[in-house]
Amino acid sequence: MQRFTCPFCGLRDEREFSFAGESGKTRPDTAAEVSDADWSAYLFTGTNPRGRTDEIWVHTPCQEYFRMIRDTVTMEVLETVPLRRDPS
Amino acid sequence: MTGRRLGKGGLIDRGRPLSFRFDGREIQGFAGDTLASALVASGVGVVARSFKYHRPRGLWANWAEDPNALFDVALDGVTRPNVHGATTVLEDGMELRSVNAWPSVRRDLKAGLDLFHRFLPAGFYYKAFMWPDWHLFEPSIRRMAGMGRVEPGEPGTPALNRHDRCDLLVVGGGLAGLTAARAAAEAGQDVVLVEDHPVAGGALHGFGGTVDGLTGAEWAAAQIAAIRAAGGRVMCATTATGIYDHRLVTLVTAAPFAQAPRLCRMRADRIVLATGAVDRPLVFDGNDRPGVMSPFAALDLLGRQAVLVGSRIALLHPQPEPVAARLEAAGASVSIHDPAAERLRVKGRKAVTGLCVAGCRHGCDTILAAAGSTPLVNLWCHAGGKLDWVEASFVPGEGPEGLSVIGAARGTSDDDAIREEARQAALGAALPPRGRPASGLLPNPLRGRAWVDLQNDVTTDDIALAARENFTSVEHLKRYTTLGMGTDQGRNSNVNGLALMAQHLGRTVPEVGTTKFRPPYVPVPLELYGGTRTGALNHAPKRLVLEPQHRALDAALGEYGGWLRPAWYARTEHAGRADEAVAREVLRTRQVAGILDASPLGKIEVMGPDAGAFLNFVYYNTMATLEPGRVRYGFMLTERGAVYDDGVLARLGPDHFVVSCSSSHVVGVMQHLEAWRQDGHDPDRIHVHDATQAWATVTVTGPRARDIVSDLGVGVDLRACAFPHMAIREGRFRSAPARVSRVSFTGELSFEISVPLDRARILWSAALAVGAPMGSGPLGMEALSILRAEKGFVIIGQDTTGDTMPHDLGFAGPRDRKTEPYVGDHGLQMEVARDPDRLQLVGLQVLDHAPKLARGAHLVRGAASGRPVSEGYVTSSYDSPTLLRPIALALLARGHTRMGEAVTVWHMGELRTARVVPACAIDPEGGRMNA
Ligand SMILES: [Zn+2]
Repeated sequence: MQRFTCPFCGLRDEREFSFAGESGKTRPDTAAEVSDADWSAYLFTGTNPRGRTDEIWVHTPCQEYFRMIRDTVTMEVLETVPLRRDPS
Repeated sequence: MTGRRLGKGGLIDRGRPLSFRFDGREIQGFAGDTLASALVASGVGVVARSFKYHRPRGLWANWAEDPNALFDVALDGVTRPNVHGATTVLEDGMELRSVNAWPSVRRDLKAGLDLFHRFLPAGFYYKAFMWPDWHLFEPSIRRMAGMGRVEPGEPGTPALNRHDRCDLLVVGGGLAGLTAARAAAEAGQDVVLVEDHPVAGGALHGFGGTVDGLTGAEWAAAQIAAIRAAGGRVMCATTATGIYDHRLVTLVTAAPFAQAPRLCRMRADRIVLATGAVDRPLVFDGNDRPGVMSPFAALDLLGRQAVLVGSRIALLHPQPEPVAARLEAAGASVSIHDPAAERLRVKGRKAVTGLCVAGCRHGCDTILAAAGSTPLVNLWCHAGGKLDWVEASFVPGEGPEGLSVIGAARGTSDDDAIREEARQAALGAALPPRGRPASGLLPNPLRGRAWVDLQNDVTTDDIALAARENFTSVEHLKRYTTLGMGTDQGRNSNVNGLALMAQHLGRTVPEVGTTKFRPPYVPVPLELYGGTRTGALNHAPKRLVLEPQHRALDAALGEYGGWLRPAWYARTEHAGRADEAVAREVLRTRQVAGILDASPLGKIEVMGPDAGAFLNFVYYNTMATLEPGRVRYGFMLTERGAVYDDGVLARLGPDHFVVSCSSSHVVGVMQHLEAWRQDGHDPDRIHVHDATQAWATVTVTGPRARDIVSDLGVGVDLRACAFPHMAIREGRFRSAPARVSRVSFTGELSFEISVPLDRARILWSAALAVGAPMGSGPLGMEALSILRAEKGFVIIGQDTTGDTMPHDLGFAGPRDRKTEPYVGDHGLQMEVARDPDRLQLVGLQVLDHAPKLARGAHLVRGAASGRPVSEGYVTSSYDSPTLLRPIALALLARGHTRMGEAVTVWHMGELRTARVVPACAIDPEGGRMNA
């Protein structure tokens, strides 16, 4: 059971959080032509790196989405920042 | 084995005798005994039968690693199956029944299975029951196999759970752990030491001798006193069962027999593992016979429970002298033999009578045999620590930060070296270099039957068979033979099994690998994890503010979408005939009006300058054109295009909307909205707020609804010309704000009236009072469900699957025409969305007077050929009180193109015929709803 730091509420138990996607995924502009391949990649293809990973999580009690940089091997949480701030 | 209790010594209390029964026989023990030690002390040799071959088995070890002594135990009306004998504290009056044996362990009627062992090799079940059908064999196999018997209806006791933290957690209260915990506590750290035995001291009790001039028990007590004096905590009878991410450790404290153990979730900044080591069994012919035992277990029984396991002992051990000296001092005669000798064989069936070494027989009643020592590294592995193969055993190698291993678990055997390691570990300093562990022996693949895993009856033959059949990967070996899958989790068997496989393959042990250890370290009851979260504490339904009013109307309450809601009313009057109560509510609504507590309906406020554009994006339907004062039905989709929720959106003003999603989806829709607001839009220009539980909603629905609502005084012009269907008006009710919307889930003229919670009771009572003389009355959820099905309205999740798209439900407009981007838009254009065979919503009609279709029944083609193929299924099915015939909704492949077609309905082998009709069976023109 991990512990994450919500940028708004502080250090909390893993059970209070949900994964919401990898950072940096941009929704294809569906006002223009979108290929099925691009759409599928947007929906289903993750980089799923070994080691440092940059993700969006949500803290359920406060409903705030934020960015979390963590290590998938050591499970170390390197940084959590609000969505509109850049990680250091 | 001819165990007996010594007149002095041990940690037992001879002043507190305890009596218990074993397979009906009355036996005496003492406080301080375990079930196993009390049996051995009274001379019992056979404690159980093995799982697969029903071979007689005795005690192998004196603690958690014992694979044999499992009992069904009853005490004071509480029965527990598979109680672990070597770790369970004896209590007065216990009734023990051996598992896997009937009528008793000494005369097991299924023991003949052992004669058929040639026909029960590894993988036997996998191979034998492929044809013709496993289920033919299942009942008899289930009777034969399995362990203890669960008493049906046995209520569990809730296990208390708590959370804690500390600077340093020390696991294991032997020489290493006590030294480390004391050093850390005296250095000012917040220390917790856990020891799984009731009495700390570890191997000191077994090996005897003195530490700092004190006996093991005295020294351990002195360390505990010092740790406590320095502010540390010591928890005995507490097992660390698992290490999880970020150094969370589960600590399980044993409780008296009839009670559940307690769970502490300990978060430790640092962890020191001082978990010790166990004997590794020597693999030789007949090594599973009762009376063949772990040498350390014999010492531990002597030190803790003052039990001498035999009088004539044959000892096979790489370092035999200290063991022999200790047993001889206790009064046994000990003969030492070479554990590496060829052709070792046990004489005797239910008891050891001798040991043959290279054809030469030596008389004895007990054989103590070990090939070496296995460090207990399970917790180290839970935490992600690696293992090194040194001197024929796996010892801790590289590991995660904040975790260290000391003492015998690290492979260190010298007392001074252990204490030095402990002091370094206590302060978080680097450990001194590891010495070489005492060397051990590895088994040879020999002919005959030697046991590798006692609990799962895995022999050297089974490992050879797995190697021949190419189940050579360590994970395959484990699953094919069940090696290491018992309660000891491979503590006894893994190294021997891997070594045998390595020799079959001509590889080294590290090349073959080691299996992964996973929590829990010892078996724990499931109730431990559940804690007090059972029944209503596990899943508490949300409660309506009007619940007392519903109860006063004798409502049958049930859970709907997480809320406790009225299923139907006048429960007592209709006792045993709920369908009549429901039918009456349906007809009353169609003929006069029904009054529904719709409070759980979602009421999520969305406000701000970008609110309109935002909602146009999250809804499938075009919401940009929705005018203030109007309401529009719509779907929210996932990005794959599947329908997630349906509901209505009301626009109160240019920048103010209310999302009225399904009651059960409020939390999910709220998250969906927040996700898109924060990640994809400018969150400063949109505000989302869930006000569902701030409002109560009473819906008046039926042809007389307008008459009733007009008498309630909601301050709204209710005439159809001023207030059409799918419109919302803000009025006032009893000097509080009221929102009235014309939205219908029944197909009838409906007014949904939302008022602040404190006005709910008066609104509800007034609506009932005004409506009663006209013949209206309360409407429950079951009747509502029929009313909406008659009208062909879907319930998302019941009449849809996780793949259903809006065009499958007949709402293709936005897919074809909406130009602005919206969630799921391209999902609706993918190949899967264009599949002509998609399941589409239809109605089904059966012949008059026929019974209703079963919900979930399949719509099939090819039934005549005997191999029906499903083309969809029935999603809702009711007897319609309005139409006086059954109605049904279904998802059917190409359903929209098949109106009028007869389809075959298959349910549990029974075939029926139904006609495909439109989903809406009532008032398709909508005249009633728009009235
Ligand atoms: Zn938060």
